[in-house]
Amino acid sequence: MTLDIFLQHLLNALQWGSFYALIALGYTMVYGVLLLINFAHGDIFMVGAYVGFFIATFLLGIFSNAAAPLPTWASLLILILTILGSMVITGGVGVGIERVAYRPLRERGASRLYLVITALMIGILLEYLNLSILGAADRGFPELIQTKIYTVGGVSFTNIKLLVIGLAILVMVILELIVRHTKIGMAMRAISYDKVAVPLMGVPINAIISATFVIGSALAALAGIMYGSAYHVLSFDMGILIGWKAFISAVVGGIGEIRGAMVGGFLLGFIEVFVVALGQIPGFEWLSSTYRDLVAFTVLLVILTIRPTGIFGVARRQKV
Amino acid sequence: MPLLQIRNLTHWFGGLRAVHDFNLDLEEGELVGLIGPNGAGKTTVFNLVTGAYRPTAGEIWLNGDNLVGLRPHQITAKGIGRTFQTIRLWNELTVLDNIRIAHASRIKYGIADSILHGQRYRKEEKEIKEQAMELLTVFGMEQYAHELAKNLPYGAQRRVEIARALATEPRVLLLDEPAAGMNPGEIGELLDLIQQIRQDFGLTIWIIEHQMRVIMNICERIKVIDFGETIAEGTPQEIQNNPKVIEAYLGEEAF
Amino acid sequence: MRKLYLPLLILLLFVIIIGGSWLGIINDYWQLVLLFIGINIILTVSLNLINGYMGEFSCGHAGFMAVGAYVSGILTVWLFAEDKVFGPPVLPVAWAIPLFPLALIVGAIAASLVGLLVAIPSFRTRGDYLAIITLAVNYIVKSAIENMEVIGGPRGFVGMKRVMNNMADVFDAPWLLIWTFIAMIAAVLIIRNFMASTLGKGVEAIREDEVAAELMSVNTRRIKVIAFMLSCGLAGLAGGLFAHWPGGYINPGTFTILKSTEIMVMVYLGGMGSISGSIISAIGFTLLLEILRPLGVFKWVVIPLLLVVMMLVRPTGILGNRELTDVFPKLRAFFGYEEESYALASD
Repeated sequence: MTLDIFLQHLLNALQWGSFYALIALGYTMVYGVLLLINFAHGDIFMVGAYVGFFIATFLLGIFSNAAAPLPTWASLLILILTILGSMVITGGVGVGIERVAYRPLRERGASRLYLVITALMIGILLEYLNLSILGAADRGFPELIQTKIYTVGGVSFTNIKLLVIGLAILVMVILELIVRHTKIGMAMRAISYDKVAVPLMGVPINAIISATFVIGSALAALAGIMYGSAYHVLSFDMGILIGWKAFISAVVGGIGEIRGAMVGGFLLGFIEVFVVALGQIPGFEWLSSTYRDLVAFTVLLVILTIRPTGIFGVARRQKV
Repeated sequence: MPLLQIRNLTHWFGGLRAVHDFNLDLEEGELVGLIGPNGAGKTTVFNLVTGAYRPTAGEIWLNGDNLVGLRPHQITAKGIGRTFQTIRLWNELTVLDNIRIAHASRIKYGIADSILHGQRYRKEEKEIKEQAMELLTVFGMEQYAHELAKNLPYGAQRRVEIARALATEPRVLLLDEPAAGMNPGEIGELLDLIQQIRQDFGLTIWIIEHQMRVIMNICERIKVIDFGETIAEGTPQEIQNNPKVIEAYLGEEAF
Repeated sequence: MRKLYLPLLILLLFVIIIGGSWLGIINDYWQLVLLFIGINIILTVSLNLINGYMGEFSCGHAGFMAVGAYVSGILTVWLFAEDKVFGPPVLPVAWAIPLFPLALIVGAIAASLVGLLVAIPSFRTRGDYLAIITLAVNYIVKSAIENMEVIGGPRGFVGMKRVMNNMADVFDAPWLLIWTFIAMIAAVLIIRNFMASTLGKGVEAIREDEVAAELMSVNTRRIKVIAFMLSCGLAGLAGGLFAHWPGGYINPGTFTILKSTEIMVMVYLGGMGSISGSIISAIGFTLLLEILRPLGVFKWVVIPLLLVVMMLVRPTGILGNRELTDVFPKLRAFFGYEEESYALASD
């Protein structure tokens, strides 16, 4: 594998890992605060992509003019409005689910198991609600940014790829800053540390939980729009596999840790892209791309068997 | 030879030395106390002896068998029973089941028998059930047998824990603050109970306790630790007058 | 005397179901529904051992079902049917009738061995992380099957229909239904008997307090291995039966997380740690799926909605951790041993 091919795959891996990382953040934040695996989160990603699709199509309908192509500033404006709009609406969906389905259960002191099953059910509900309302046909995500291909020394990449990677890293840095340095972030960390004492200290626990769901869902929406811009195909079940994989990323990194989500996401992206890449090298043809999932899940199994709390996760010693 | 021998037992939690160079010889039939201020490492010693933690260094011998490195259930099967500082009954199970399960190491029937319920299974299960009921009768708790453990009053739960520990047929019984949370009346009953089971079951007892009334009343010998170090050892009278002990406890507990 | 009621009831059911199917009184559609009910009861009761009694959260039960389905399906096709890949039947076709249950058992054993993939990590890993391991095993199994071209890869595996037809040619009887019924009764009895034994009670002790269980002489590792192998083996048994369904094919797409979720839902609906609850909910849920069939995809909007609402109304499932005999003590005269099900006797 020559260097330029390697770099090419590296870029692909970074983009692919960015989706995982962005979705994994939602899993990890909710888990950190509630110890709940929000299995509906992959479908929130799907919701975000579809909401973005509708906003973008609607805005394009207003702005577009049959005579002339859209000026750059207009398509940029549409992109920004789409992202913001979808983030707001999807954040609302996320917090709505929390209010309607999770919070009542929590307040009743139901076992966490039931919360998880509820989350699974909400996921299925979102998928099939989409399927029954919008039908089985895939939707084509509109091209908001003209795809441009750059080539630097044998490595070619698109502006969208750069945007995806850049945005993912930017978001991660901002989030880390929020969690480390703002009041709400400190409250989140405090709640994940001690669920009993923190509310007694006057921290409005429900407000913090709502904020967590809003942020997590909004990030999934961002990932959804980026995904749509990169691959242009939306389907009702697009969130399932990518959601599970993102969840694996979160766990591999150490669920509850923001850095863990990022590292786990990129790691899984690398593993998957390089399994496929290796299969193209003579001598490795047997490693067909269908092995991608098998390898990804096996890695998870091995990591969890060796290090049961993930890369960054800290084991909390059980007191005897 | 002492029944339980502990030599140079040391344990580190990361960078914190919780127990250092702990030594003890427990003779058959003795009743020995282990005291010390909060966080002195008393429960850690119990956890090391019962295998819940693996010691960083040191040796533990029970009747000539080395216990270090064995898994907790193996150590229990060799004859060390214990109770916990905070009650750890299996709450959603009945009192009888709590006692039954503690017979686990003596089950001889196999997996197939546990499913097919053959002759041997029925014979063994009958024995286990009878022994468990007998034990509950000794504790005067047979009326609670079919009650869920969590529904019992606090003092009764404490007694079930002791009964459960006895069901493992220990030679040495470790009691971790059995009087915690009890009122003076209950403590009196507890003292009687300890004396009674000690005689009936021929037990060697090692007890951690904060209630000085318990310690001074029943222990023949007391060991005092602080910050993981042994600071004194002797009869209750000697301990009461030991300046080091008084210093360690100053402001902590009124002697 | 009272112990005879239950065997008699089972015998009666057997005669009605099998006799009815044999004589054609029960039509093909209802036979299929009965088959799925039986399979779902095995799946639900077996998963209940892990999720209900042991308090762990296994969400990959369909993976073990897949192992059993493929192993016993391949075995019967190889032994008793003409096949493109495996050639002519290895054994005389008539032998299929006595050997069919053995093929099922081999499938179950294979599934229980794959169960070790979960049982061994469970020594050190608990709760959510173990849940993830079960999930990973589910995906690994599915993905591994997809990559085995010999057995059809993602397209699936066929040929079991010929096995069943061959068996019916030798002697005409609803063989699959017969073995499903027997396997279902066996599965229920296995779990019930195991959980009544002192050895099996260790499973519940692990749920309540694993550290205390180990310190009170329960060999928790052994118990976990037994529980996972039993549970996964029974899932494999259910899979083996499923492989021979009249549809005649199995494919990896059947054994996804969605299937695992379905089994989990049935366990939850009946109540964690309740065998009678599991049976009731497996029957109810299978029938519900059939009733809602006319809704098409909309079915999967209605079902999750129903479940979410039910979760809010009754967050412990139909029976909670109780048995039917606890709720209706009079039933105790008909079912079960006297010494069991104390849970509520004194309430």
